[in-house]
Formats: sequence, structure tokens, C-alpha cells
Amino acid sequence: MQLHYNGSMTPLLFTLILFAISLGAGALGALLGLGGGIIIIPALTLLFNINIRYAIGASIVSVIATSSGAAAAYVRERMTNMRVAMFLEMATSAGALCGAYLSGIVAGRWLFIVFGVVLGYSALMMFHKRHAMPSEGAPKDALADRLQLHGAYFDEALGHEVAYRVSGTHLGFVLMYIAGVVSGLLGIGSGALKVPALDLAMRLPIKVSTATSNFMIGVTAAASAGMYFARGDIDPFITAPVVAGVLIGSTGGSLLLGRLNSSVIRIVFVVVLLWISAQMLFKGLWI
Amino acid sequence: MMETGTAPTPHDGMPGQKEHDLRIHKFELLISNLLRTGVCASLFIVLLGTLLSFARQPGYANSPGNLKHLTAPGAKFPVTLPEVASGVRDLRGQSVVMAGVLLLIATPVMRVAVSILAFAYQRDKTFVLITSIVLALLLISFMLGKAGG
Repeated sequence: MQLHYNGSMTPLLFTLILFAISLGAGALGALLGLGGGIIIIPALTLLFNINIRYAIGASIVSVIATSSGAAAAYVRERMTNMRVAMFLEMATSAGALCGAYLSGIVAGRWLFIVFGVVLGYSALMMFHKRHAMPSEGAPKDALADRLQLHGAYFDEALGHEVAYRVSGTHLGFVLMYIAGVVSGLLGIGSGALKVPALDLAMRLPIKVSTATSNFMIGVTAAASAGMYFARGDIDPFITAPVVAGVLIGSTGGSLLLGRLNSSVIRIVFVVVLLWISAQMLFKGLWI
Repeated sequence: MMETGTAPTPHDGMPGQKEHDLRIHKFELLISNLLRTGVCASLFIVLLGTLLSFARQPGYANSPGNLKHLTAPGAKFPVTLPEVASGVRDLRGQSVVMAGVLLLIATPVMRVAVSILAFAYQRDKTFVLITSIVLALLLISFMLGKAGG
């Protein structure tokens, strides 16, 4: 890829603009349970013409920053279901390992197309479900009972506590394994697949889904971040403003989640999911 | 602002339940504080490193030519732990930033490790096992990453 810099940009200006973009990426990531990759990668590659390797390296670190910055607040507010998260982390970590091993064997092109379609479909399902109450008519799940996965959180927007029951643990576990494989293979799509799995298969309330996804994506990203560091893909000059911006932005975003209406979170998530789906389809079909 | 602790639990009145809830609450605070400490420390170190970079290279603020050799492929920065350590000793900005980034990467791993201890304290054998498997998978991927790099 040919790099051509806008000749007038100083390192200081670069740092300041990237910091401002990262603030927004962190806030959005904290609210939706996604890493900042969907904003950071296009910003670095399209706006600044940064090499894709360095863009992915910075994006992986931004996922950890979003996760840790937001989770510090969500765990304290009991928005995160830590037992569900840790149970499913077995599946995502195993999947990520498998995905990293498979990369190079499987053609990325088809994966982008398949997951573009899957994410688009998930977005439509989540939109369709927007009026349903969480865990309404949820079937009994023996494993969820045995592992004591059910929970409750205080919803600031509603002004009362919301208790919910977890179901679909087997399906959720399989979907999380697949989400892990995809993030190991493609380096993206980790939170975008986790939130629909938690929402549609396991029937968690949307706020608990994004907070729990947030908690989990840090571990998935940390597993691959070591490799990116060793390969020399994490450029500190690019990563510094991303880390600072995303950490501050995600802490700010985490203050908002409780107060926002669940249906607002759901609609914003659906729009962002359609956007990611379009990006993946574009990569698979044209590039 | 924080609603912790005030929420009623659905199991009020069961013997030992209160103590159990208290332990879980302590666990949540521990994890939250661990994440907060990791986040604040790495943010501080990254900002310090950035300030050092700009302080030691006044040209970064006004000469555009520098940006390319900082962000284009082939840019020079530390990529091994010993390089980072020696750079930090010399107070090189890039190395200090990298130390902060590495601390941030280590934070979720520490969170998993501390969870094992916390579940052991709660005598929750199933979750001690679950969390240990997660930590083992994480450590394997770190080792594979090193071998692959």
C-alpha cells in the first residue's frame, strides 16, 4: 500500500487529532460492548494512511483499553454478569487459539462474506426483538441453574432493579467458541458477535449483554496482543494517543450506560452492527 | 451515584445468604479496583511517555517531516521486553509508552488470575476450575505468540 502523508501534518497535530477520535471510539465501545476497532482501524488507515499492520496493532490495544476502562465501572454497578463472562471465556479463549492457528489455512475472503451475512442477520433479529422483555418465556436451563448464572442489575433509566434468568447456555457456549475463532482469524468482530449471542441465544438484558461483552473482549484481545507486540506491530507513537483517548472515553461512556434507555442502546447497536456487516461484505466482495 | 450494595437480593432470609452476598460484593469491588488501578497506572505512564517524547524532540511540535519516520513501516521502537526496560532506564518516551501499553495488556490477565483466588476464597470449586482453564489458555496463547513471533 502506497503511503502518502499530508505534508503539513506535524507529529503533535497527529497525536491531538487521534486522541480526539479515540475519545469517541472509547465512549461508543463502552456503551455497545465493542472494541474500538470499528472506528480506530478506518480512522488510521483512511484518514492518516497508516499501514494496516500498525492499525490492527493499535486497535487490539484499544480493545483492551475499552474493556478495562468500562469494566471497572460496570462490575461495581453489577451491570456485568461475571459468572456468565468467565464461563464463556473458556469458549472464546479456546476459539481464539484455534483461530490464530487456522489463519493462513483458511481464506479470509469467504469468512468476511459469511460473517458479514451473519452480522447483518443478527442486526435484523435484534431489531425485531426490540419490544420483547428480556428472559420473557425463557426456557429452563439446567446448566445455568447449576452454575448460578442468573442475575439482577439496577437500571437507572427505569429506576428499579431488573432480575433476569439466563438460558441457552449450550448454544451460547458454541457461539462464543465461533466468535473466538473469528476474532483469532480476522482480528475483528469479537464484540459484534458476542453481544448478539448474549442477547439472542442467552436472553440477557441488552445492557447486561453489552457490559458482559465488554468484560470479555479484554481477555480475548490480551491473548493476541502479546503476539502483535512480539511481531513489532504495536507502534508506541500511534498507540499512545489511542490508549489515552480510549481509556478516558470508555470511562466516560460507562457513566452513561445505566442512564440510557435500553431501546436506545439496542437501536444504536443495530445501526453499528449493520455498518460492520457492510464493511465485512465490502472487504469480502471487492478487496 | 453508585447503587452497589443497596439492591435487595431475591434470596433474603436464607441462612448464610447474607454472608455469601457480602463475599460476592467484596469480590466485585476487588475486581473493579484491580481494573481501575491497571487503567489509571497505564494511562499515567502512557501520558508521561508522550510528554517525554515531545519534550526531548521539540521538532515534533512544528516540523511535519518527522511524522513519517514515526508512523511508517520501519519506524524504530522497542519490540522486546529487554529493549523496553533499557529504554525506560534512559527515560526514552517511546519505551515509557510501551511499558504503559504492556501494563494495560497485562491487566485482563491479572484479572483472571485474581479471580481464581477469589473463587477459591468463596469455596466455589467449579469456578476455580473454569477460571484456571481460562488462565491456562491465555498463557498458552502468549507462549505460542512468542514462538510465532
